[in-house]
Amino acid sequence: MTDSGFRLKGSVVTTILLEVQTFSLDDILFHLKEKIDQVPHFFNQAPIIIDISKMKRGITLDQFETLIKSVSSLGLGVIGWRCDPDSTPVWGASVTIPLLPASKARPISPPLPLKEEPSPDVVVKTVVEERLVPQAAKVITKPIRSGQQVYAEGDLIILAQVSAGAEVLADGNIHVYGALRGRALAGVKGDTEARIFCKSMEAELVSIAGNFMLSDALQNIVWKDGAQVLLVDDSLEIVPL
Amino acid sequence: MKSPGDTALAKIIVVTSGKGGVGKTTSSAAIGTGIALKGHKTVIIDFDVGLRNLDLIMGCERRVVYDFVNVINKEATLSQALIKDKRTKGLYILPASQTRDKDALTIEGVEEVLQELSKEFDYIICDSPAGIEKGAQMALYFADTAIVVTNPEVSSVRDSDRILGILQSKSKRAEGGKEPIEEHLLLTRYHPGRVASGEMLSVADVEDILAIPLLGVIPESEAVLKASNQGTPVILDTESEAGLAYMDAVDRLMGEERPLRFLEVQKKGFIKRLLGG
Repeated sequence: MTDSGFRLKGSVVTTILLEVQTFSLDDILFHLKEKIDQVPHFFNQAPIIIDISKMKRGITLDQFETLIKSVSSLGLGVIGWRCDPDSTPVWGASVTIPLLPASKARPISPPLPLKEEPSPDVVVKTVVEERLVPQAAKVITKPIRSGQQVYAEGDLIILAQVSAGAEVLADGNIHVYGALRGRALAGVKGDTEARIFCKSMEAELVSIAGNFMLSDALQNIVWKDGAQVLLVDDSLEIVPL
Repeated sequence: MKSPGDTALAKIIVVTSGKGGVGKTTSSAAIGTGIALKGHKTVIIDFDVGLRNLDLIMGCERRVVYDFVNVINKEATLSQALIKDKRTKGLYILPASQTRDKDALTIEGVEEVLQELSKEFDYIICDSPAGIEKGAQMALYFADTAIVVTNPEVSSVRDSDRILGILQSKSKRAEGGKEPIEEHLLLTRYHPGRVASGEMLSVADVEDILAIPLLGVIPESEAVLKASNQGTPVILDTESEAGLAYMDAVDRLMGEERPLRFLEVQKKGFIKRLLGG
């Protein structure tokens, strides 16, 4: 521990990028809301960056601030914005949220002036440090019925079946010690290491960190048998247990 | 029969399904009658406000003067609205209103009526309307036991699964964190021949999907339609397989062991074949 009482560290977080092409507030909000309603837990408090670099026409500061407020009101956490570095709007410096470097571009120098001369190899890459706090697993002993939805912030362990038409979600792993007939979404906050384990694979959909597979595809790999689902190089793998 | 001063609460049984037309009212009438035949004072309440049917199945439609909604609104007393069954001793019917809708039911109103009935009766059977909305939720809210009526086909099974989820989450027992509602599966309109040819789900298939204990299997039978049209609960037809299967189910509900029957395809006997039956 240093005398300053804190440590500065770099950290990488997965965020959602909202790439605005044309500014039509009602359309954006309507379609965004539609997407959120499909997987509400996935979007709840999720960090999001608003990118206006692909906009054909400009946008005023007022319009932009309204957009930020509206997106926040849908339960998303707007952590920054991006624009084309060659045509930063004149009002760029007045925006209340941080301007992030454009994707694939080299990170710009640390935005905060440091007292000491910064060592040239220190680059502050991200704005938010996400701490991984171990969450206790949620244990469910009764069947999850059609129409029910269960979400766990850590791992989700179900000692019964998940019926067709039910949905189970977890930030971590999902274990189903029964038949998995509904939908299972692990790593909904972007954890690509999350896995799904089940005693009998009969799922409508399985997903890890947003990569999903439907029952049609699953039936050709493992069906009505023990299976685990994991993510290898951005593609789902279904492995018999 | 409840003796005066007996403070034990009545057992509230909801007959529900999610899907319509699977045999909820037929089953409510049969099981209510069966319990009364065993000497327990029983009342069957029709929760299907606006689509009153129970009185037809019970053959007492001409004797309906006041109904459930009148009692909730204090326009009539319970004793005025209750209809005494003429065939079975200790059996009463509380009919639904035909001219109102489900909004006429309130949690407080239903609770008051059930408490009042609880003083008089051993068993209260709530015949739920189809669906998962207010009417169905009212019928199951105060239940101790649920009989989930299911036909051996996928959409009925899916809807039963949905209603099981509601029983676990939206009942008074669930909300109060009490012992959950006791769940029973009643498979109706079972046709062994069509199961054998793969057109219908088997008992094992349905049990596997719903994972709740089986109370009984009622075979598809012409006797059910005949009984409905005559206004006689089918359980009183001791000649029919459906009537006998319902009696078995009532016995099991009372904690007795009964082997399942009428699950096999019946081979036609020599005489029947001779007569072309």
